[in-house]
Amino acid sequence: MHPFLQAAIGGIVIGLASWLVLAAFGRVTGISGITTGALQPVASKSDSGQRGGLAALANWRFAFVVGLIVGGAWFTQVFAVSSAMPSRGPGLLILAGLLVGYGTVRGSGCTSGHGVCGLGRRSARSLIAVVVFMAAAMLTVTVTGFMAGGAA
Amino acid sequence: MSTAQTSVQVDASDSAKGIVIGLVAGLMFAAGLVFSGMTDPAKVIGFLNVAALFTDAVPGQWDASLAFVMGGAVIVTLIAYRQTKPNGEHSPALDANKPWFAQRFVLPTRQDIDWPLISGGAMFGVGWGLGGFCPGPALAAWTTNSDLVWFVPAMLAGMWVANRVKA
Repeated sequence: MHPFLQAAIGGIVIGLASWLVLAAFGRVTGISGITTGALQPVASKSDSGQRGGLAALANWRFAFVVGLIVGGAWFTQVFAVSSAMPSRGPGLLILAGLLVGYGTVRGSGCTSGHGVCGLGRRSARSLIAVVVFMAAAMLTVTVTGFMAGGAA
Repeated sequence: MSTAQTSVQVDASDSAKGIVIGLVAGLMFAAGLVFSGMTDPAKVIGFLNVAALFTDAVPGQWDASLAFVMGGAVIVTLIAYRQTKPNGEHSPALDANKPWFAQRFVLPTRQDIDWPLISGGAMFGVGWGLGGFCPGPALAAWTTNSDLVWFVPAMLAGMWVANRVKA
């Protein structure tokens, strides 16, 4: 299969999953928001006052995150996907993780919330966010590319 | 669903049925991410490497394929949001047009372009360019890519701190 076709089919499935969340829960499918929301009720007891502690993990967001993690492991086997990327150092990975986590919550969304759903909602705010994070990411890859030096 | 409608404020999103649907949506999302190549940081960085189109001073080549992931996904969500017509919060029309498990649609309403949006987006972009993972693929590849042993806990810590600062 052509990689562009494979990418588009994967994208359509991502879009359908977002449609399911919209139809079922009336919410956008933003992974950064869902992830923070999944763990929220545990810390803050419960907003509705019925469930607290670990029982509060029985919420649709936590189930979505479990599906994402388990599904990721499962479909990596099913589709026999492997990464061509060599392992990176812990320092870089921790810095990158902190920036992604802090930045997506501060900026109210990531590739899914602002990208997949925000653009689908035709939100100008999300379009601006997408342009900013895409530009910052491309600039970062360019700078690290220059530092690594050309060749090829 | 029927039980939720009897008492006004109870939300059935976290009922057993809601949890099953949430799980299914997460599995579907993961399938799309893995199949499309989003869980491979080499492919993501290849897509972000637009500079390779213009200069030989950076290594590698531009890989356009991830543009098709976003394209495919957005075509579907454009249809989804158009079909659903979730038009704002307290619209009377929503009584006839409710989500399956919730009393109403709760979608972002903000339209202002403020500093946290720009600076947060920029921080996220730098982290995405450094690591090659955004939040969804990071969770989906958590158990299969050893780099994420470091990345995911740092990401969750970053989310927690940002949430604390915001509140």
